[in-house]
Amino acid sequence: MAEAAKSRSEAPAALPTWSDEIYRVLKDAGIRQVAMVPDAGHSRLIRSFEADPETRVVTLTTEEEGVAMLAGAWLGGERGVLLLQSSGVGNCINMLSLPVICHMPLLMIVTMRGDWGEFNPWQIPMGQGTRPSLEAIGVIVNKVDEPDLVASTVQGAANLAFNTWKPVAVLIGQRVLGAKNFKELARK
Amino acid sequence: MTNPNALLHRRDVVNELLRDRADLLVIAGLGAPNWDVSAAGDHPNNFPLWGAMGAAAMIGLGLALAQHKRKVLVITGDGEMLMNIGSLASIGVEAPNNLTIAVLDNERFGETGMQKTPTASGVDLAAIATACGIRTSRIVRTMAEVTELRGLAHAGRGTAFAQIKINPEALVFVMPPADGVILTTRFRQSVLGDEALFN
Repeated sequence: MAEAAKSRSEAPAALPTWSDEIYRVLKDAGIRQVAMVPDAGHSRLIRSFEADPETRVVTLTTEEEGVAMLAGAWLGGERGVLLLQSSGVGNCINMLSLPVICHMPLLMIVTMRGDWGEFNPWQIPMGQGTRPSLEAIGVIVNKVDEPDLVASTVQGAANLAFNTWKPVAVLIGQRVLGAKNFKELARK
Repeated sequence: MTNPNALLHRRDVVNELLRDRADLLVIAGLGAPNWDVSAAGDHPNNFPLWGAMGAAAMIGLGLALAQHKRKVLVITGDGEMLMNIGSLASIGVEAPNNLTIAVLDNERFGETGMQKTPTASGVDLAAIATACGIRTSRIVRTMAEVTELRGLAHAGRGTAFAQIKINPEALVFVMPPADGVILTTRFRQSVLGDEALFN
């Protein structure tokens, strides 16, 4: 379902300078481990980390693995970030018990689907459920819908996570990412 | 050894794996593996799980990558491993030298009434680990093999996986602290020093 959509979607055509900005913000925050299930919205950021010899990028089979992996990183004194699509948030819920109950920092950067301008009805349930499910399990949620505010939102979330030992999710809205329309692609 | 076909006892296995543990870092999966590791002796370098089923192996990976000079041993159950069996693919790709995963396989969901897990029907976790690229992967049936596994875990010369066939016995619970903040803080203090308390 969501996975098929993920693999078929392409990176947005416009240069997302916010990607480069949050790469710098995450480097300044001391991020060493990047756990991710790819999303088109994260592709530029993933390429930046893959080109960075100081960062270990780990591809997961399901997003909840990343929650556990970054708990291990914290136990060993390293900071990490989890990159995922909103559909993957649903895969994480019980695993988030771990950072919540252990007061461990966790920084999640979530690219939204099922949000502004979505064309795929199957993305709606989890997209609309992303914030309430994260808040229900005890994750602090910051949503950003303006490209100019992405970097400062991630910076604030990183400070919150690592200074107060909380799981924090930044939701990057489809207004920032650009909504895609596969129906137009299918006509070509 | 009186009966070479007898199933191993889980606490004998864990006591042997943790014998002279030195600075080994141990992640214990929820349920009986947690109680087994705690029965071998509460230790600040243990991180025993009380929930988050499916977390153990991946906590081990993140820890092994962060602490590449230390040896990390994950001790978990067959049900817990099966819940995130895909993590063996993630771990097989990263393949840190200092990570060993020991699955205590009683072929049962022990905490919930001893219902059978897929391993009772022949699902071969060691073969799955091999197929995921973990080359040192085996089924363990004897204490001599457990001792060999202990050697691998302490040497840290490659990611290792073992599916240890054990008796489905229900033993008395031996519990570590349940407070996740205590477990996290004392582990970090032990591994990272007092500095960990300040950041």
